[in-house]
Amino acid sequence: MMSFVETSRISFRALKANKTRSALTMLGIVIGVMAVIIMFAVGTGANRQISQQFASLGTNILMVRPGADRGPGGGSRNTVNTLVVEDAYSITEHCGAVAYAAPVYGGNAQTVYGNANYPAKVTGTILDYFAIQDWELVSGRAFTDQDVRSATKVCVIGQTIVEELFGGEDPLGKIIRVKKIPMVVIGILEELGDSPRGNDQDNVVIVPISTAQRRMFSPSRPDTVSMISVKAIDETHLDIAQKQIEDLLALRHKIRPGQDNDFSVRNLTQFVESAKSATAVMTMLLTAVAGVSLLVGGIGIMNIMLVSVTERTREIGIRMAVGAKSSDIRLQFLVEALTLSLLGGMIGIVLGVGGAQFISTGFGWATEVSLMSVLLSFGFSGFVGIFFGYYPAYKASLLNPIEALRYE
Amino acid sequence: MALVLVNNIHKSYSLGDVEVHALQGVSFSIGEGEFVSIMGASGSGKSTLMNIIGCLDIPSKGKYILNGEDVSSLGSDQLANIRKDTIGFVFQGFNLLPKMSALENVELPMLYKGVGAKKRREGAMEALKKVDLEDRADHQPHQLSGGQQQRVAIARALANDAPLILADEPTGNLDSHTSEEVMKLFVRLNEETGKTIIQVTHEPDMAHFSRRILTFRDGRMLRDEKVRT
Repeated sequence: MMSFVETSRISFRALKANKTRSALTMLGIVIGVMAVIIMFAVGTGANRQISQQFASLGTNILMVRPGADRGPGGGSRNTVNTLVVEDAYSITEHCGAVAYAAPVYGGNAQTVYGNANYPAKVTGTILDYFAIQDWELVSGRAFTDQDVRSATKVCVIGQTIVEELFGGEDPLGKIIRVKKIPMVVIGILEELGDSPRGNDQDNVVIVPISTAQRRMFSPSRPDTVSMISVKAIDETHLDIAQKQIEDLLALRHKIRPGQDNDFSVRNLTQFVESAKSATAVMTMLLTAVAGVSLLVGGIGIMNIMLVSVTERTREIGIRMAVGAKSSDIRLQFLVEALTLSLLGGMIGIVLGVGGAQFISTGFGWATEVSLMSVLLSFGFSGFVGIFFGYYPAYKASLLNPIEALRYE
Repeated sequence: MALVLVNNIHKSYSLGDVEVHALQGVSFSIGEGEFVSIMGASGSGKSTLMNIIGCLDIPSKGKYILNGEDVSSLGSDQLANIRKDTIGFVFQGFNLLPKMSALENVELPMLYKGVGAKKRREGAMEALKKVDLEDRADHQPHQLSGGQQQRVAIARALANDAPLILADEPTGNLDSHTSEEVMKLFVRLNEETGKTIIQVTHEPDMAHFSRRILTFRDGRMLRDEKVRT
């Protein structure tokens, strides 16, 4: 019996004798492994990025929207008018697990200052909303409860509005027109950047909710809100807060037992989960495609090994004549196939890790190479080598030495 | 003691629908240290006989005892083991592995015996010395002449210290001068190291280097004669 080291040495020499062919055969595995690793890295990176962005938004936020919950992504915005300002005040007052609750009502409106104008997102709310969003003002002040009560024509503007309307000018105390209504700028919001969904969060004009309702958008029911934003006292009270809100609003809206609620309460973790599961499905699909290319690489190995066995029939005959057993021959060809696939796997790992690096520096995508994906793809390429190498090796071992020696 | 003892062996195989009786009751014995030639026209059954003596095939009927062991009905793995320890092959077409040096070719039988790398090298070098090719150890087959290639093949047959060398038309691809050299090498190995050598040939000139000639026709042994020297 020959040692494994000797067998590997023989196999290595045979592969070296046909360098171009060996390299091309390996290419299939190289590309497959590289693709698996890159896909995994992009998927893992995207997932991590989603988690981080949502974490920065605060994890103890709840959102109450009008209309029954239609599951993740089921839109219910502004379709029904079941939530009112008074619901928000009631939540603050009666729900012990809630720190702040702020009604929000708004829409899109053209803003004008001098010759400049810009389409902005107008958010009508109350002072507590600044606390819920953890917003800081860079200058000026926020509006007061008194402003909300009397629907004062004041506003706080975001950085995009500052740039688009004022350029270098100081906006504080200036009057801008929002939906043709003159409003005094009393505060300027810090820079917020883009949201996880890519919206410009700095393109906002924040006004007292009563001003938005009565002076700007005039909904059919004057105290309608599009959403109530809630901050629980901390993360551990999120579920309790949600329950308290549901019970309170069901009571206020006179929902009978067994009847669907006419509102829905959702927390941000649910958004995170649905976003994550979307990327997970994407990652799985891409990895499956990459896996198929690994499989095709394996078929390439089988193809070449079959050709190689036929070409080297005489060599097999000679080896058998001088004392090689069938198992020696089988092992030799199996190790050749395994060497091809594992070597291809290793090159693929190097290129995959490099490729993931390139994507993150070149395209600015977050990528993260996981040890699991490296081990998995390396193991899989080994499996492919054995699986597709076995048949040619088995065929070689079945050769009759007399006929093999006579083969031209 | 007889090294090769063949007792009433038959070999038949089917070619399509036709049953071919290649050997029809052949018996003889060859003692240790003999140099025997087997002659006969093609189709006489001598190749089939060589395959059986070389443990590449087994007889359909009859007994073949090699070196005291009955090998008539062994499996392919056991036959491989017998070949490895008892028989060295020399072929008409040399059958060296291309892209391997002469030394590595000679090492081959020892590789399958599990001999360590250093010992393999020494053993192969020694075998090459016996055929006067130690200075060509690093050459690949295509860098050697036909006669040199056949001598490398003979060194390979010597590498395992097998008592029996089987040569299947060893001079068939060589010119008469080189053929004679190879025959003289066989005679020397036979006389100096006591190797038993059996060669198949259809050149009477080459057969006369041996001491005994077995002639075959139609699957039977026709003559068994001593060569006068």
